[in-house]
Amino acid sequence: MVNPLLKAPAGPPSDVEQIKERSDYLRGTLGKVMQDRISAGIPDDDNRLMKHHGSYLQDDRDLRNERQKQKLEPAYQFMLRVRMAGGVAQPSQWLVMDDLAQKYGNGTLKLTTRQTFQMHGILKWNMKKTIQEIHASMLDTIAACGDVNRNVMCNSIPFQSEIHSEVYEWSKKLSDYLLPRTRAYHEIWLDEEKVVATPELEEVEPMYGKLYLPRKFKIGIAVPPSNDIDVYSQDLGFIAIVENGKLVGFNVAIGGGMGMTHGDKATYPQLAKVIGFCQPDKILDVAEKIITIQRDYGNRSVRKNARFKYTVDRLGLEPVKAELENRLGWKLGEARTYHFDNNGDRYGWVKGMQGKWHFTLFVEGGRIADINDYKLMTGLREIAKIHTGDFRLTANQNLIIADVSSQEKEKIIELLETYGLTDGAHHSALRRSSIACVALPTCGLAMAEAERYLPVLIDKIEAIVDENGLRNEEITIRMTGCPNGCARHALGEIGFIGKAPGKYNMYLGAAFDGSRLSKMYRENIGEEEILKELRVLLSRYAKERQQGEHFGDFVINAGIVKEVTDGTNFHD
Amino acid sequence: MQLQVSNSPFNQEQAELLNSLLPSLTETQKIWLSGYLTASLSVSNTSSADAPVLEAQSGGKTISKEVTILYGSQTGNAQGLAENAASKLEGNGFQVTISSMSDFKVNNLKKTENLLIAVSTHGEGDPPDNTLSFHEYLHGRRAPSLEGLRYSVLALGDSSYEFFCETGKQFDKRLEELGGTRLFPRMDCDLDYDEPASEWLEGVISSLSEGQVSSAAAVPEAKASVGEKTSYSRTNPFKAEVLENINLNGRGSNKETHHLELSLEGSGLTFEPGDSLGIYPKNDSDLVDMLLMELDWDPEETVKVNKQGELRQFRESLISDFEITVLTKSLIEQAAQLSGNEDLKELLKPGNEERLKEYREGRDLLDFVRDFGSWGESAQEFVSILRKMPARLYSIASSLSAYPDEVHLTIGAVRYESHGRERKGVCSILCADRLQPGDLLPIYIQHNQNFKQPKNPDTPIIMVGPGTGIAPFRSFIQDREESEAKGKTWLFFGDQHFVTDFLYQTEWQKWLKTGVLTKMDVAFSRDTDEKVYVQDRMREQSGELYEWLQKGAAVYICGDEKNMAHDVHNTLIEIIEKEGNMSHADAQAYLEDMQQNKRYQRDVY
Repeated sequence: MVNPLLKAPAGPPSDVEQIKERSDYLRGTLGKVMQDRISAGIPDDDNRLMKHHGSYLQDDRDLRNERQKQKLEPAYQFMLRVRMAGGVAQPSQWLVMDDLAQKYGNGTLKLTTRQTFQMHGILKWNMKKTIQEIHASMLDTIAACGDVNRNVMCNSIPFQSEIHSEVYEWSKKLSDYLLPRTRAYHEIWLDEEKVVATPELEEVEPMYGKLYLPRKFKIGIAVPPSNDIDVYSQDLGFIAIVENGKLVGFNVAIGGGMGMTHGDKATYPQLAKVIGFCQPDKILDVAEKIITIQRDYGNRSVRKNARFKYTVDRLGLEPVKAELENRLGWKLGEARTYHFDNNGDRYGWVKGMQGKWHFTLFVEGGRIADINDYKLMTGLREIAKIHTGDFRLTANQNLIIADVSSQEKEKIIELLETYGLTDGAHHSALRRSSIACVALPTCGLAMAEAERYLPVLIDKIEAIVDENGLRNEEITIRMTGCPNGCARHALGEIGFIGKAPGKYNMYLGAAFDGSRLSKMYRENIGEEEILKELRVLLSRYAKERQQGEHFGDFVINAGIVKEVTDGTNFHD
Repeated sequence: MQLQVSNSPFNQEQAELLNSLLPSLTETQKIWLSGYLTASLSVSNTSSADAPVLEAQSGGKTISKEVTILYGSQTGNAQGLAENAASKLEGNGFQVTISSMSDFKVNNLKKTENLLIAVSTHGEGDPPDNTLSFHEYLHGRRAPSLEGLRYSVLALGDSSYEFFCETGKQFDKRLEELGGTRLFPRMDCDLDYDEPASEWLEGVISSLSEGQVSSAAAVPEAKASVGEKTSYSRTNPFKAEVLENINLNGRGSNKETHHLELSLEGSGLTFEPGDSLGIYPKNDSDLVDMLLMELDWDPEETVKVNKQGELRQFRESLISDFEITVLTKSLIEQAAQLSGNEDLKELLKPGNEERLKEYREGRDLLDFVRDFGSWGESAQEFVSILRKMPARLYSIASSLSAYPDEVHLTIGAVRYESHGRERKGVCSILCADRLQPGDLLPIYIQHNQNFKQPKNPDTPIIMVGPGTGIAPFRSFIQDREESEAKGKTWLFFGDQHFVTDFLYQTEWQKWLKTGVLTKMDVAFSRDTDEKVYVQDRMREQSGELYEWLQKGAAVYICGDEKNMAHDVHNTLIEIIEKEGNMSHADAQAYLEDMQQNKRYQRDVY
């Protein structure tokens, strides 16, 4: 099976590889340490494994120093992420998540940039109950994090409902097909009895193998003309090709990813590249074979170079394609033409097929909470109680109340009005095109604020936007607390990566449709400088732009930043 | 014993000669000498007046110079007073046997001629732990007739409790019933016990010495030797500097528990794990000012604050010298006499005891003055009936070997609402709200022999200390870490919430890792639908716990008495009964035996 022309990088296995090796297929000592009552935390090794179960340990960083002085351990708590392909949740599932967030979480829900629910603040002793209740609602958290295929994203385009439902079915099939097969999750969280391993049963993970993947793996399906899921940011992207109203297949794009490390030019964001086309029913096969290539040739020695994008860049696109076709036993078709307009969401009511209505709600930072007078969480709970369609979590952290019948629509409108929930039309288009990752206080990787700060920063940017008459101009703006890039900062027309508290690297020049990476414009600057720069840039944009020219294109055309043509020249 | 003119029948010269000779004698020589002297005495058979009189006549009755002192002590006060009495009596030529009630062989009671008892009362009129078996014996059927016994009781208590000095009263009454005669009337002491206690001791000594040669001269001031090692004591507290004051409870907790670190530098004070620290707090000046508004006297007027005649401004005296947060029955009675208030007199009438008790509950001096007015003609008269500010005792939470020259405390802030006003614990809120690093706090060490680690460092110990009851165990473990004690250790801790109330969490985690702490079980009552307490955790592991007991483990309980200590006690019996396949009575006896052997010790409050 192993191609002698291709090689995995040499070097000793990284710490995580060793932990996985010892883990007996992701069990480790999780069962035991979750019972320990002296600490709300778990040891690092088990936390690495925990990710594969959709969760990891965090602590409230706001309290860290204070608690240390109080002789208390950090305020340990678990983040729990749901596996929910395409971001589709039934109203009953919404109610379960809402209830769990109140009971065991911090009373809020986060809609992630990968279209799923994330809960924060769950204490160790409540984890099992939480996972069991999620399981009872027909969802789970398996492989929502970790070195496996993550939550499969899927375009949530509301107006092509038929295509959507077909594509969504494929995303679900991918999600299920690519699941780890170990029973560890069921044993640890769902009290399934452990089957004593016999030699035949040793082959627990036919696809992943004992070590799983070298790093996380992300798949998303886009339906042009919307690139809402940022298909080029995925390790493996599928672009639905619709001809004559029918889904004929998918273009296959490989090797994208956002993460990098500050100060390490061997790490960079990269865009996936289209290598061909496949029929719809070949999608599972293609995904499986791509994953096995990454399994066999990915970097297991240096984790920050372990994403599939580095494997592709190291081996070359053509050799990887050849290896894929070799493993498939058939050749990919020639890529079909397609066109993306944008990577944002369309807000408000739209009418889809079969007379069903869809309402896209603006959810700032993806945070579902009751904050002061804005009872978003309560309002959505009330809607979920009567809604007969479903909910779709978008890749831009917004929410679609989907498949609303004409009769139901009046009631939904009434509830939306009662709770003041809107499409965000009263905000600037820039705010409605914003994404922020969680960052502080719970994310252990964050170097600066994101979700808590971006709205405040936008308040100030909006003043500049208004001064320049740009209120209705969609400019994507994304802030991420660290260079790992959960908010896909490198695909925002204005991007920020946290460097230190209050300090950010500022990026410009990504394409509005998500097809071009941004370039660093200023390093390590604070709010004052950010606003100073934007005042100049936005004013120039308002005055000098061409008809229909997006801000991301403008800064390149005006020579403000150099165009990034490939991730490998991101740092140039 | 050093012979002196005052404590022997010899003159100065004779005493000095004997003092230089006696210590050099061997046992055999002493026996020979005593035989020689007795023989020569009987041979000469003189009735001369200068013959040494070892036994004096009193009303035709021989008074023995042997005195037995028994103490029953929870916090160590009664023990301290008993030891002080012993040394004074020895100084007066008596042969003293001193013992805690639990160590005393009850068979010896019948042979005892002079018995002194110093005993405190605990909680709602309960005897202290180390008196239980003796108390039960004396009040039971096996109690002997004590005709010929002369005795006196020194009772300690707190008059703010309903059953003031109850245990002392019971002993006093019972000894009389059994045929004993009082050589001095019982003395009931409130929290400021120094003066009445020394009055009692003088009375006892003088009564014991009656008719004895030079007895009158023997009584005066042979200063107490207890506490003489250091110049600082309960009556002369050391002003300790506050080094650190941390709230141990995380944000969002219902609790506020302060970790206090005090400097002992230059004090010469020492302590052992299990000892307590006394603090003389100050009243909240806001409360004092509210009280002053109800009174007509000038806050700056000078008042005498003690028998020594120390002077203080009235306001300052209410802050520093007197208790204003508790209404004792005796205070109300005296106030009624001074004020003549009719309603107050009515309240004190027979038949109104319940009403009075109810009134006193949760009220303070401010309520009282608002309800019944002031009393007395002057500020001086006003303060004359107030109790002296009592010291507060806290179990020490550190070990001197781990933190030389420091003492740490774990103090739970007491706040509650009562009769429409927020009430604050005097000392705990001083520590919580006002005490800053750098401030000075008057303190003294209260030794507690009834809460000590096993002599053998290999003996396993089981510690049960929910809430602030954790304090002495931090001291134990610190001490064991330093001394590298090998015995296994098992700690039970509980509080309301894991996240915010796990006191000293990171320290226990460290000690579990290094093995100084073998095992720890925690119960957080408000984290789960069903409340879980330390005793539930003990029950969950009853098998292993009993195994530890069978291997000789000593059990320590510290913390709340009313609920926790009782529940834990009953749980222990339950565990012994179940795991040891015993009857309930046998399990009780098992625990009593442990108590007798100092394997079951409590520091509860």
